[in-house]
Order: sequence, then C-alpha cells, then structure tokens
Amino acid sequence: MSFLQIQDLAKRYPESTVFEGVNFAMDKGEFVCIIGHSGCGKTTILNVLAGLDAASGGTVIMDNREVAGPSLDRGVVFQGHALMPWLSVMSNIAFAVRSRWPEWNRIQMQVHCQKFIDLVGLTGAEHKKPSQLSGGMKQRVGIARAFAIQPKMLLLDEPFGALDALTRGTIQDELVRICAATRQTVFMITHDVDEAILLADRILLMSNGPNACIAELVDNTLARPRDRHRIHHDPQYYRVRNHLVEFLVNRSKLYQSGEAARPAHPPVVRPGVEDAPPPTPSAKIVNLRP
Amino acid sequence: MKLESLKAGALSLVFLAVFLGIWHLATLPKAEIQGAADEYAKLMGKGAKKSDGFPTLGQMGEAFATHISDPFYDRGSNDKGIGIQLGHSLGRVALGYLIACLIAVPLGFLIGMSPLLYRALNPFIQVLKPISPLAWMPLALYTIKDSGISGIFVIFICSVWPLLINTAFGVASVRRDWLNVAKTLEVKPLRKAFAVILPAAAPTILTGARISIGIAWLVIVAAEMLVGGTGIGYFVWNEWNNLNLTNVIFAILVIGVVGMLLDFLIAKLQQAVTYVE
Repeated sequence: MSFLQIQDLAKRYPESTVFEGVNFAMDKGEFVCIIGHSGCGKTTILNVLAGLDAASGGTVIMDNREVAGPSLDRGVVFQGHALMPWLSVMSNIAFAVRSRWPEWNRIQMQVHCQKFIDLVGLTGAEHKKPSQLSGGMKQRVGIARAFAIQPKMLLLDEPFGALDALTRGTIQDELVRICAATRQTVFMITHDVDEAILLADRILLMSNGPNACIAELVDNTLARPRDRHRIHHDPQYYRVRNHLVEFLVNRSKLYQSGEAARPAHPPVVRPGVEDAPPPTPSAKIVNLRP
Repeated sequence: MKLESLKAGALSLVFLAVFLGIWHLATLPKAEIQGAADEYAKLMGKGAKKSDGFPTLGQMGEAFATHISDPFYDRGSNDKGIGIQLGHSLGRVALGYLIACLIAVPLGFLIGMSPLLYRALNPFIQVLKPISPLAWMPLALYTIKDSGISGIFVIFICSVWPLLINTAFGVASVRRDWLNVAKTLEVKPLRKAFAVILPAAAPTILTGARISIGIAWLVIVAAEMLVGGTGIGYFVWNEWNNLNLTNVIFAILVIGVVGMLLDFLIAKLQQAVTYVE
C-alpha cells in the first residue's frame, strides 16, 4: 500500500465541476510535481491534501489514515509565503515549532529553529522582519518553517511563482539539496516545466478545467543527481520536456471535449524510454513560463 | 529633512506672532474715549482697572501665571484649581473609555470572527452609532440617577462604537493566508486569537481607539457643562457665568493641549503595533 492514496477525488460546485475522477498514489520519499493550466484545480487538490478545503467526493489516505482537516503531519509552503509580518524570521519559524512541540524549552526551540534557518541559508537574518527581506529570502523562510515541523509530507503551492528567474534557480538548487538530504515526501504545484523536470520523480499532467482530470503520470527518467546548469546537455531532458510541452500546448484541451478518453487510472508514461511520441521540433521553442 | 523641519518650525512661530499681533492690536485700549470712560467710571465709583471687554495679551499672561502657579487649590465647590478640574475630566474619560475597551474589543472580536453575528448586529450598530452621545444623557440620568456616573456612561457610549466597528473590521479582514498557516499548524483557538488575529488586527483596533479617545474628549466638555459640579467643561461654563473670558480662553487652550496629548499617546501605541507587510 502506497504512503499516499488519492481515490476518485472530485470537486464540484452547483454550477460546474472543477475536476473529478482524480486517482493517484505516492510513495514515501517521492517528489511529485503537478502541472496544468490555470483553472484545472491544482491548488484545490493541494488544499484538499492540506486539509484546508473539502472535496465533494473521493478520499485521501495518508499513512493508512484518512485525511480530514489540517494536520501537523502535512507542512504547507504557501504561494505568497504567508509569513507573519510582525514576527522576526526566528519567531515565524518558532511559531510553527511551538505548535509541533509545545513542551520544548526556549533553548531547544532556538537550536531547532537555527538549524533550519541555516539549512535554507539565512544565517544572520534571524532577527529581521519579513519586510526587510527580499522575495526570495521570504520564500526561504516559508520553506524553513514548513521543514522545521518535520512533517510526513510537504505541500508546495507554486512556491517560486513570484520570484525572478535567478533567485528561483538558487532556491531550486537548495530545495534539491534539502530534499536529497531529508528524503522528504513532496507534492508540488508548478507552472514551470523546467522546474518540474529538475525536481520531480514523477510529474502529474492535468487536463484543462472545468471537468479536469489527471491525464498522465510522467515518469521523470532523468538520472539523479541533477544539476540545473548541466541538465540540458542530457538528451533525455529534451525528450521529457518536449513531452510535457506537447501535452500543455496541444493535448491538454482534448479531454474536455471527449476527443481524448478520460482515463480512470492515468497511464504511466516514460518519455524517451518506451513508445513515447516523437518530439515535435516546434514545441522546443514554445515558452510556457507565465 | 532637518532643515525642512527647522523651516516649518520657524514658519509656525511667524504664524503665532502674527496671530498674537492681531490679538494685541484688536484689544488695544481706545484712546479717544478713554478719558470719558474714566470719568464715567469714577462717577460710578469703580476702579479704572476693571475691564470687561475681550482680554488683552497681558491679562491672558497673568491668568496663565496664576493658574499654572497653583493648579491644585480647592476653595469650595465653585472655585477649584485647573489641575483638579482636569483631573476630574480625565478620570471620567479614562473610566468610560476603559469600560468601552473592555466591552468593545472582545465583542468586536466575536463579531469579526462570525460573519453571521456581524450581519445580525450590523443594523443595530448602524442605528446606534450616529446618535449624539449627549442624547443619551436624559435617559442615563433617569435610569442611573447619578450625574457623575451618567457622565461616565456618556463617555462609554461615545467611545464604544469606533472601537467596536474597527475591532470587528480588523478581525474580519485578517489575511486568509495567516489563518491558513495557523490551521495547518493545528493552532488552538485561544492561541490563534492572541498570537495571530490580535497582532494582525491591532493597527486597525488602535485606529478605532484613536478615533474614540478624540470623540470622548470632545464629548466630556459638553457633558460636564450639562451635568455640572466638577471638570473642565463645568469650569468653562462657570467662568462664562462669571463673564470671565480670560479664564474661558485659558480653558479652551488647555482642552486643546490635553486632547492633543491624548491623541499623541494612542498614536505612539499604534506605532508600536503597526507592521510593514
């Protein structure tokens, strides 16, 4: 039995259905990215996993227990960092740590927080307020806060969406390093195909909403460790990338109209390894970044 | 920056000098009728020093000196030092305001957290808010049957609305993100209220507190004129009945300065809890 199982998840409103028939599973220590166009319900799925939103149907089972409501077992990194502006970096993290281990004394708390501040490379900024930090540094605090409670699973809602490309790169590297060191189970939303290829073990492709579904599970066949600066020399990189881009540009819209069959259990695709569709040359130059 | 404030300060002094100059010119003794007036005064058997017109700057200065040199004298119910009168007024304001805080902040918290309660109580608040606090005075006097406590009640009723509305608004508009953080961390309701909602809403609550203290200080003067007995408002009315304009002007200035200090105090508090997003 997998660590996380999502069965027949659906979100419906009286006037429309956002997504339905969402089935997938995750193993412990796995890094899964979900990609899809805006409005397909990625954030809703993440919020259901976090316990912040209720699904209209289906179940989520983590570690043999049904997910109902928020829990310290699942750490969330929010899109807009969500730091409390009246607290310093240290206090923001300590707020989370105190929720997890209320019995700890001040020293234990401080040592633990410091460990995670150092981990994300913010040593020296412990007593700064969020307003004194750059966007990238704020997001690092958000990541440190989520890691500091040592959750069983980490949920990242497009954490680097608001950052410039350079900062995004450095934090991605850091995330790769931290995840390799902690073997954390991560579920992450992204719009950035390259980011998904760099970070993920598997990539979930969602069709367009409303009435979205998970169309494919793409196995990221790129070998680890992956280096952001050399990854594009690997021919396998383009096979995976082209497959993702091809889906987003051409195939993601076919599922609504019924031109493509909605899979009850999405097929596992291993681009470039077995019967993958041939890469479309034109797809290479399509810029998908928002 | 420093030069700017120096310039502004200098200009303020110029404005003050111009104002005092106009005052001085306007209250100069009128020379041509002076002689006749003196004779008339002699005929009437009065001292020539007595003047019942608008006070001159010299007379104002004298009044300042006497009041400030002995602010706490007490010679019966109609003759108390300015310090004692101010003390009574500030005491009433403090008490009424404190009770208003104790009721409005927790109640505002509840209203802000519950959209149902917010909508259910909103019509009452909207009707009660614009009522002049002095309109409550007869009702207060009738039910409480004590003029002192009625004064405090009037302060309470005028301070409670801005505090209540701002607290409810501040609590209701705490960013969803922060509440979600608290949710995912399984923060208990009481800790959430004190560690997330209160600091997030504090600047808005203190804006309400600042409006309230301003209104309370405006209202206490009028309330004391009605109720009588003690206080700066009663002092003004009493000096008007004595036709002592010098003391009235002095009291007006004191009211202004004290109101400014009260506002400054809350503004400092507000500064301490304000955060930059």
